[in-house]
Amino acid sequence: MTEAKLARLSDANPGERFRITTLKIEGTMKRRLLDLGFVPGSEITVLQKSPLGDPTAYRVSHTTIALRKEESDHIYGERIGNE
Amino acid sequence: MNKREYTIALAGNPNTGKSTLFNVLTGLRQHTGNWPGKTVIHAEGFFTYKNEEYRIIDLPGTYSLYSNSADEEVARDFIIFSKPDVTLVVLDATALERNLNLALQVLEMTDRVIICLNLMDEAKKKGIVIDIANLSKKLGVPVVPLAARNKEGIEELLETVARMVHGEINTTPLVVAYSRAIEEKIAKLLPLVKEVVGEEYPARWVALRLLDGDTSLLHALQHHPHHFLKEGATYACHCAKSV
Repeated sequence: MTEAKLARLSDANPGERFRITTLKIEGTMKRRLLDLGFVPGSEITVLQKSPLGDPTAYRVSHTTIALRKEESDHIYGERIGNE
Repeated sequence: MNKREYTIALAGNPNTGKSTLFNVLTGLRQHTGNWPGKTVIHAEGFFTYKNEEYRIIDLPGTYSLYSNSADEEVARDFIIFSKPDVTLVVLDATALERNLNLALQVLEMTDRVIICLNLMDEAKKKGIVIDIANLSKKLGVPVVPLAARNKEGIEELLETVARMVHGEINTTPLVVAYSRAIEEKIAKLLPLVKEVVGEEYPARWVALRLLDGDTSLLHALQHHPHHFLKEGATYACHCAKSV
């Protein structure tokens, strides 16, 4: 797969699923995202956006986690459509 | 009669029933406060099992011990510096994949670990079947199934804890193998780390933290100077950089 085809998690809409390919971020924030379950290969479901559009709630291995755009911007992968 | 009091630490992800287990074990014999200097709740309780006294510490619920939040620091420091006789890692049986992250991190820090597979009642409802014997074999430590809110499995857990504090259980914690590049660096660091920290701290774990550039751990080590000299931390940091 080419780099250009990768979407950002922040682009995915509520109801969509998303498979993570890579995290383009380093340091503590990367560690934190990995610990929360945002690991390459895992499938995320976008649950809902808050009224002002940020943060957004995601379903990650049986738990709901909300991320701000500044975090979800660094998560790249494929959008795999609606459930 | 043995007058020694054993210390048990309770670790686990948020919402795994860690505090439910804590309450079941201690009943009303508990008190809460803050960890010194931190706005993190510290809960400590006591129980007696077969005429022996146990003190149990409910660590903050965390997904990890590495991300440098105050909660995670408290949990990490307790396991490393207070060296509990047993660390119970409470896992949500319905979300094992997520929960094993923390379990593996604890196994890198200490070999006196018992895995508590909690919420087994929920897992059963969801049709989840867990091969407990195999999980225990793979992790190299005892695994006890629990449904803490129904008080199921508590007796088996207490028995396992008692056997572990008396040295009747040999554990062989799973060693996570990293990529070759990292393993080579660990091999280079290990003798240096052992030289500085001795047998006091798990050398492989310290080496990994150094490679990760975990400055928060170095600060914590500096505040425990009785075994780990100030120069030691700087020296170790320097060594890590040179590797």
